[in-house]
Amino acid sequence: MGTTPFIQIKDLQKDFKSKNDTVTALSGINLNIDKGTIFGIIGMSGAGKSTLVRCINFLERPTKGTIIIGDKDLSLLSDSDLRGVRQNIGMIFQHFNLLMQRTVEDNISFPLEIAGYSKREGRKRAGELLDLVGLSDKRKAYPSQLSGGQKQRVAIARALATNPQILLCDEATSALDPTTTRSILALLKDINKRFGITIIIITHEMAVVEEICSHVAIIDNGVLAEVGKVEDVFRNPRTEAGKKLFFNNTNIVRKMKGKRIIRIVFDGKSSNEPVIANLVMEFKAHVNILFADLKEINEKSFGHMVLQLPEDKDLSDKIIYYLKNIIKVNVEELIDYVVS
Amino acid sequence: MWLADLINILQDHMAMLVKETGNTLYMTFVSTLFAYILAMPLGVVLVVTREDGLYPLKSLYRLLDIIVNIGRSVPFLILLVAIQPLTTLIVGKSYGSTATIVPLVVAATPFIARLIESSLQEVDQGVIEAAESMGASLSTIIFKVLIPEAKTSLMVGGTIAIGTILSYSAMAGFVAGGGLGDVAVRYGFYRYEGEIMLITVVLMVILVQLIQFIGMKIARKTDKRAI
Ligand SMILES: Nc1ncnc2c1ncn2[C@@H]1O[C@H](COP(=O)(O)OP(=O)(O)O)[C@@H](O)[C@H]1O
Ligand SMILES: [Mg+2]
Repeated sequence: MGTTPFIQIKDLQKDFKSKNDTVTALSGINLNIDKGTIFGIIGMSGAGKSTLVRCINFLERPTKGTIIIGDKDLSLLSDSDLRGVRQNIGMIFQHFNLLMQRTVEDNISFPLEIAGYSKREGRKRAGELLDLVGLSDKRKAYPSQLSGGQKQRVAIARALATNPQILLCDEATSALDPTTTRSILALLKDINKRFGITIIIITHEMAVVEEICSHVAIIDNGVLAEVGKVEDVFRNPRTEAGKKLFFNNTNIVRKMKGKRIIRIVFDGKSSNEPVIANLVMEFKAHVNILFADLKEINEKSFGHMVLQLPEDKDLSDKIIYYLKNIIKVNVEELIDYVVS
Repeated sequence: MWLADLINILQDHMAMLVKETGNTLYMTFVSTLFAYILAMPLGVVLVVTREDGLYPLKSLYRLLDIIVNIGRSVPFLILLVAIQPLTTLIVGKSYGSTATIVPLVVAATPFIARLIESSLQEVDQGVIEAAESMGASLSTIIFKVLIPEAKTSLMVGGTIAIGTILSYSAMAGFVAGGGLGDVAVRYGFYRYEGEIMLITVVLMVILVQLIQFIGMKIARKTDKRAI
């Protein structure tokens, strides 16, 4: 049993049928998520991320395949058993989805009310959770009196009320500014560490995955493009979808004929070396940095750099050889490099 | 001179005007109460059974939708006369304030059901999704999410409904339905005593304004969305 993953997504397919056509939002998704991990699911808008996360707690019933949580196959459960399972899975959303006519405290105790706890128990638990998310002074406030970040904290407290083993986050930071995003992610990380709760983070932002996820799955057009540890997938995205997510959205480089362009990828070992300085010293050659993006993940440096090499083919061959075999970084030649 | 006349008339008919104002309020509030008792479940079922609702039931929704539409499109005065047998059956007679409550309830129920439907429809889909994700049952969602979250809008709707029912009740004056409308018809229409009619109209305007004012005030006061 120890080796069985906590959450198993098995051959999942979801079709949406309308009068005259069928949209296949997801197909052939197989994914295992271990207990206690922070698992990112990333993809472009419309890729099927929300549908996938809604399938995990069966808010959306899969057309094919199933979800197994622990030893429970959700497709075999009755509606009322499913509601019981959902009480054990917290969920937070992009737009917080708080009850606007209830106080913060009554929002947080709502899941307990559903689970049949007394008002007194609910209040007590709400107090504890408000301490946890740092909003003890907002107990009697209404959501309309809170900032976006505070609302998301209340939503997190609410999602944790029943002590769930899983927390689903659908674009939970997409409506927040970068600073607030970071503080919410820090809170999630803290919750994961303290309670060992398995967190699934849906996002379209690479930065979110970098910040807190240990594993990541890339969803593209309703299929699973890549899965793995964040550092592996980040070091070497194998698919177009992966590359687009990891290496896009930055600079504008025109297509340059006749000059070789390479990407070198740092995998957490070599980023401290002054690679470019070494190159210049070694070859007395002019190397143009077209793009550089280096990041810290789990205290290791990752990133990539796009270099334009000298026109001389011999020289550029030597440089590539040097980078690959002496510096030992990952080198990839980019044909027709056009980033927009 | 004219004002003195008016005051004289007012004094002469004071007791009657007070009594009929009371009757108007009695008809209006009792009808509103009964209409809400019937319309509330109807409105909830309409919202829940919609195609994109929490528990889609296409044929039931269609049926109720058509019934509500028919109910709303029959002019009140025609309905009033048409259901007189039903009124007699329930109340024992077809005239007077209590009798008027029956057609008022029949006319107001579909109208109020629509008001309720549109109020409940306004509740944020995301909040409902959140409740579902917590494992809430359908009845929990209805009673703890849909209705409480739509509270303000429901109260605004209630205020509109009371105003509408009050003006319907005046129409019942043509069939001796009691209340201020009855007074207006009896004195203004049959006896050409325009002053009395004028006074009843003014009284009705004041009542509607007052109800509107109080209703909106309460609705706003209990709304926690904008503090
Ligand atoms: N209830 C629905 N009915 C029909 N199509 C839907 C529904 N929900 C999602 N879709 C479709 O499924 C695809 C994936 O949507 P979604 O999961 O929301 O994507 P994402 O969250 O990655 O942006 C989209 O093409 C969307 O239009
Ligand atoms: Mg989405």
